[in-house]
Amino acid sequence: MVQPLTYFKESASQTAGPYVHIGCTPNFSGITGVYDTDLGSGSMVNDQTRGERITIRGFIYDGAMTPLKDAMIEIWQADADGYYNSPSETRGKADPNFFGWARQPGDMATGEFAFETIKPGKVPFRDGRLMAPHVTFWVVARGINLGLNTRMYFSDEEEANAADPILSRIEHRVRVPTLIGKREGNTVTFNIYLQGENETIFFDI
Amino acid sequence: MKNTPPETTPFFARDREWHPPAFTPGYKTSVLRSPQRALISLEGTKSEITGPVFGHNIIGEFDNDLIVNYAKPGEMALGERIIVYGRVIDERGVGVPGALVEFWQANAGGRYRHKKETYLAPLDPNFGGFGRTITDENGGYAFKTIKPGPYPWPNGVNDWRPAHIHFSVFGHGFAQRLITQMYFEGDPMIWICPIVKTIPDENAIKGLIAALDMQNTIPHDMRAYKFDIVLRGRRSTFFENRKEGN
Repeated sequence: MVQPLTYFKESASQTAGPYVHIGCTPNFSGITGVYDTDLGSGSMVNDQTRGERITIRGFIYDGAMTPLKDAMIEIWQADADGYYNSPSETRGKADPNFFGWARQPGDMATGEFAFETIKPGKVPFRDGRLMAPHVTFWVVARGINLGLNTRMYFSDEEEANAADPILSRIEHRVRVPTLIGKREGNTVTFNIYLQGENETIFFDI
Repeated sequence: MKNTPPETTPFFARDREWHPPAFTPGYKTSVLRSPQRALISLEGTKSEITGPVFGHNIIGEFDNDLIVNYAKPGEMALGERIIVYGRVIDERGVGVPGALVEFWQANAGGRYRHKKETYLAPLDPNFGGFGRTITDENGGYAFKTIKPGPYPWPNGVNDWRPAHIHFSVFGHGFAQRLITQMYFEGDPMIWICPIVKTIPDENAIKGLIAALDMQNTIPHDMRAYKFDIVLRGRRSTFFENRKEGN
């Protein structure tokens, strides 16, 4: 016998199901009067927020190239200087006018999602090298048994992307573009493919 | 939480043999929505270790009482009155204070208040079917609701969901983000549900079944079910990570 290790197991995940919007974005799903607003809805910036305004848009496609219309997408990102608005951010204080987190359902008719945010700054990797600007995505929906994690990098950051410690370790270079949002003006398009030739890279974080 | 510095270490690796795999053909919708390529491992960086914090100010007075939060003044939702309570802890057994917990469910007849829901069971005009709360300094939470009904769903010809409540939980890091479902002790529908059966390990399923707790039941009012939620633990800070590539 040895001493027991007293760890618990993480609660097993279950799908968010078809009605995740009732619980997480009730006003969007037409149930008003309980919450004033849906948490994480609306623009992520105000007049005081530092940084370059951008809109991230995209669709989530299933294996038959049909956009999901019942997904919920959450993003988490650093402020314009690369600080997270979180107690675990120990390097400095993040912009108080930028929360850094938001959630959106896809458009009911088309499935398109959109986030009005700012372009994040660079955040250091564990060894101090800078990661290229990126936004963390978390996607749940009916048919997804465990939330999917991915990252969106920016097409106008070629040099930083080339030096990024995560992107540069990806063996199959042909897949790297699945993590790059295409920037045109202030719009960054980031489509997520659950399956197929262009299946997005998902991370075990 | 007040006197404890925030933790900044990476989380324990997620045990993907314990969670349901992405591709579970018995649950048909997963077939076209399951990534087929291997995930790329990414040990926590700042981007995963950090996470948003929600203040108690977002929570309304009745957000944790589904019996009244949608009901007309003086009225209440129909159904078996229950308290659902428990703790949000991590894999080390440490309570997770300040965790936002959101929940949603069908009404007593198994009907959701949703445009796309087609089950013939009627809506309850006094039941919205959702709520939220933030855990206390020990990770504790509680809410009042009615026990949801089971309902049929389009998967197999005769598939039914057991009574369940959906939970969405934020921990202290975005890597802890979790959505799951709570089931009820003694329900025979649990073991024949294709969504439950996406979970390969019987003990993992048991971990999602809330226990009837007569000790915390309020006599002549409402029964209690205890449901603890476990989020990923995080490493201790004995030694710093060796720098990558060195």
